[in-house]
Amino acid sequence: MGEAEDGLKPKRVVFVTVGTTCFDKLVKALDTQEVKDELLRRGYTHLLIQMGRGSYFPTKSAGDDKSLAVDYFTFSSSIADHLRAASLVISHAGSGSIFETLKLGKPLIVVVNENLMDNHQSELAKELAERKHLYCARPQTLHQTIAGMDLGSLLPYSPGDATPVAKLINRFLGFPED
Amino acid sequence: MAQKVISKTHRFCGKRLLVVTFLITIIAIILVRILYVIWRTGKPLSKRAPQQPLSTLIVLGSGGHTAEMINLLLVLQKERFSPRYYIAAATDNMSLQKARVFENSLADSSGVKGISAEFMQIYRSREVGQSYVTSVWTTLVALAHALWLMIKIRPEVVLCNGPGTCIPLCVIAFIFKVIGIRWSSIFYVESIARVKRLSLSGLLLYKLRIADQFFVQWPQLKRKYPRAHYVGCLM
Repeated sequence: MGEAEDGLKPKRVVFVTVGTTCFDKLVKALDTQEVKDELLRRGYTHLLIQMGRGSYFPTKSAGDDKSLAVDYFTFSSSIADHLRAASLVISHAGSGSIFETLKLGKPLIVVVNENLMDNHQSELAKELAERKHLYCARPQTLHQTIAGMDLGSLLPYSPGDATPVAKLINRFLGFPED
Repeated sequence: MAQKVISKTHRFCGKRLLVVTFLITIIAIILVRILYVIWRTGKPLSKRAPQQPLSTLIVLGSGGHTAEMINLLLVLQKERFSPRYYIAAATDNMSLQKARVFENSLADSSGVKGISAEFMQIYRSREVGQSYVTSVWTTLVALAHALWLMIKIRPEVVLCNGPGTCIPLCVIAFIFKVIGIRWSSIFYVESIARVKRLSLSGLLLYKLRIADQFFVQWPQLKRKYPRAHYVGCLM
């Protein structure tokens, strides 16, 4: 990628998804100048936020050479299309969003919601971050993660396989192996 | 006069002794039966006509849980696990929809008319974020509803992977085993989101030995819970 010859920047979308949750802290963090400047500096042109059940609405912007185009919506049935069109995905820590993004091979920053009562979800994000499949951040540290990330160092995720479970279940129930 | 009173007391004592003995016997029988069921749980089925299909209850949960379950169903032989009953929380509209799409795709690819699947909703014991105190009442309601559904389904196989709704269903399946209503095999796959600690549902089913087979997707959990089977990631 990079800048086109005629000076027109190619569209590079950052897609943010919070699934069906409410994650105002993340949306607020994205709405800060700090984060927007950092995204612009890294060459992104558009910021599209799927904000779920949140009540904080970010400021929309049409964007130009010196600022990021910002848009948002609450829910959509075509999250997969948005993921496919994105150059960077910023997601809540839900396993559904994480694996959907990883399977598409998109660079991913997972932001952990520390307000959830039973906050087990950070476990998965941290484990996958340790295995270099994604970056893991908190809303307060998102701009630092964006500034410091090296997307080339991320390793592709190879999808898992349910056949070992199926084999064990079949053997347990006395079904013949095939 | 005094003698009459004494003999009356005697007779009363005798009756009470009989009742107590009876109760102790019943409790002992139930305890022995529970111990037998626990001992038998986790041991593979052997005396069974191998090609006979098993009615299967599939407990779905929101978000990632359903995606993981469908990944498992994709590789299970559908003719062996039939009919299939899907249960999801009443507040969760997405999961049953995904299960319907999955079942329809099966029907399309196999060309079989009419799918042997049913879809049901259940009250949830606890919503994400609900306090543990109010959970007590909602759990009781959920339990009654679960009992009703389980009496209707009486599954031979229970597949679940983490949502709290599976607890009442699995406990009832276990009670059915104790009473002798229906023997079932309970399979629990801990969610991929659990890396270091089991979920509350998983912990209960593991510790109470309700699950016949317990699968985990991360090696860290296998080290902590040796009776679990480590199966790698499903996603």
